[in-house]
Amino acid sequence: MAINFKQKPGIVVYLTAGDPDIETTYDIALAALDNGAEVLELGVPFSDPLADGPVIQRASERAVARGVRLLDVLELAKKIRAARPEAGIVIFSYLNPVVRVGMAEFCKLAKEHGADGVLLTDMIVEEAEEYLREMKKNDLAPVFLAAPTSPDERLKAIAEHSRGFVYAISRVGITGTQQNLESDAERLVSGIKQFTKLPVAVGFGVSNAEHVAAVGKFADAAIIGSAIVKLIEDTPREQAAEAVGKFVKGLRGQGGGSR
Amino acid sequence: MGNPIDQTIAGVNTKEVQRSIGSGRFGAYGGRYVPETLMAALQELEHAYAVAREDGAFQSELDDLLRHYVGRPTPMYFAKRLSEQLGGAKIYLKREDLLHTGAHKINNALGQGLLAKRMGKQRIIAETGAGQHGVATATVCALLGMDCVIYMGEEDMRRQELNVYRMRLLGAEVRGVGAGSATLKDAINEAMRDWVTNVRTTFYILGSALGSHPYPTMVRDFHRVISREAKKQFMEQEGKLPDAVIACVGGGSNAIGAFYEFIPETNVRLIGVEAGGRGTALGEHAARFHGGLPGVLQGTFSYVLQNDAGQVATTHSVSAGLDYASVGPEHAMLHDQKRAEYTYATDDEALNAVKVLSRTEGILPALESAHAVAEAMKVAPTMSTSQAIMVNLSGRGDKDMGILAREMNLEGAKASS
Repeated sequence: MAINFKQKPGIVVYLTAGDPDIETTYDIALAALDNGAEVLELGVPFSDPLADGPVIQRASERAVARGVRLLDVLELAKKIRAARPEAGIVIFSYLNPVVRVGMAEFCKLAKEHGADGVLLTDMIVEEAEEYLREMKKNDLAPVFLAAPTSPDERLKAIAEHSRGFVYAISRVGITGTQQNLESDAERLVSGIKQFTKLPVAVGFGVSNAEHVAAVGKFADAAIIGSAIVKLIEDTPREQAAEAVGKFVKGLRGQGGGSR
Repeated sequence: MGNPIDQTIAGVNTKEVQRSIGSGRFGAYGGRYVPETLMAALQELEHAYAVAREDGAFQSELDDLLRHYVGRPTPMYFAKRLSEQLGGAKIYLKREDLLHTGAHKINNALGQGLLAKRMGKQRIIAETGAGQHGVATATVCALLGMDCVIYMGEEDMRRQELNVYRMRLLGAEVRGVGAGSATLKDAINEAMRDWVTNVRTTFYILGSALGSHPYPTMVRDFHRVISREAKKQFMEQEGKLPDAVIACVGGGSNAIGAFYEFIPETNVRLIGVEAGGRGTALGEHAARFHGGLPGVLQGTFSYVLQNDAGQVATTHSVSAGLDYASVGPEHAMLHDQKRAEYTYATDDEALNAVKVLSRTEGILPALESAHAVAEAMKVAPTMSTSQAIMVNLSGRGDKDMGILAREMNLEGAKASS
């Protein structure tokens, strides 16, 4: 299993796959990995991304309009796996594209294409029986979301059913950048850590070196999504990989870990 | 599906009360597919609703308002001229259009509003398609003194402009949604984003029998009064039950309310009418049972109009209230069980039904409800005069006058016929 945070904190980069196009996402992914990201979340574009803020909504809409499908994202994972055997790769999707492929078939394909784990935004532990069974069968890591609103009973179930890492949502709300990390995050991470030794990664609104450093004080990894998706949106496609590489490198700030 | 969590809220094991409102599964359909952030709120709602449902004080407050404020019971009207003109089964209209605010939607908005008040939530959000649920919610918020934000697709704001003005007059803030096809689905996405962000202080009054458990069950329960009254009225007026019950199906709230008490009465045909729009190609209609596939949209597993990559399709209907890519999960179950039949009426058939009902009975139906009338016009002539049909006339058509004026050329001295 390649989901492994050697640095403190580890960096997880979310990319909406296929925005601006699959080839560019591939270049961006390698640039992120070569500049300090240890895990990639490859976001499957979906027509109705109801947990996402405007930045990822727009990226998703552009990729859907280009006809990017779940199977294209799996092919992308396979290429990245071939190029960077050490990388952690998580397929990040809303449920419906997975339902269309079929849960058993999807898990089998995800494994064959080199994914280490899967995160389904709208899958909660109570509904996850078939999902967990198929993930286990294929030795894939199910990553569940934990929220500041989740009571201890839920955190316990989330921790017990997750593999790879637990994704702690820093605040209530949708994805997107913010100025300050709310105090919700630290409390949530310690809540999760009561129940598991798995690494805990903090996402939603983590967008700069200062946030990453703050997360590093209480969590194992920081997840950066919207800030990078926005950077890609604002950068000409041929310069996007270089820009993201530079940005990811800068997330460590001064005195950050190096490879 | 298994339940690995022993659900407790405020130290109370909720299994017992939850059993009374079911698991949220309708056969294979329904369930709860939401971002984790909403789960605590859904469990809190489930618990609060299960307790309120068994609480006599809650029910009597609701019943009292339904009677004196909303105008229940609604009449069961024998449409004599329409029936004679069609020359078959007798057609009865269940007059939900006569309710305060002009549609069945108030039954549910009021129920959920009272529940919100009981839960101490002061901020209400809702989505709306045709605007009827938005108006009903804004009305309830005015009545109960709560803050109200309504999400509405910009396309729907344009075509149901009168209802936008009504909501604003009632003190609600109407937020336009420009994403996707700027209709009901997009409004629900935005309302859910608001709810995820403000979940600690906000109650989401969902307007149809959709979404995650407990919404499909709760919304159905609040509309169940339609078939409860209807059954009694039919026995009084006809001395028997109807041979068929017909209702339009968008999300499916008026239909499930009209069907529910008749489900065990297997001699009563249940017919749901979807929006056939302007054609059978994907994107041209909203007939989920004629081209949709099982999938997950906005928290529930049901039939969804989508492409082969699992991207949700855009939809079209002349009626904003039926213009939605998925359908309530209980309908999906009734469809698969073949207990209910689901057919569709096209835009043109619905527009024609508006005209026919207006001119034979002096009743202007909502474009949504006109889909059910259109089906009755097809079915009644195939039945005998000793048989009877109930059409759930879910709403009135005043809100549609802009569309009707354009479509029927009403600006001349006399409408085209």
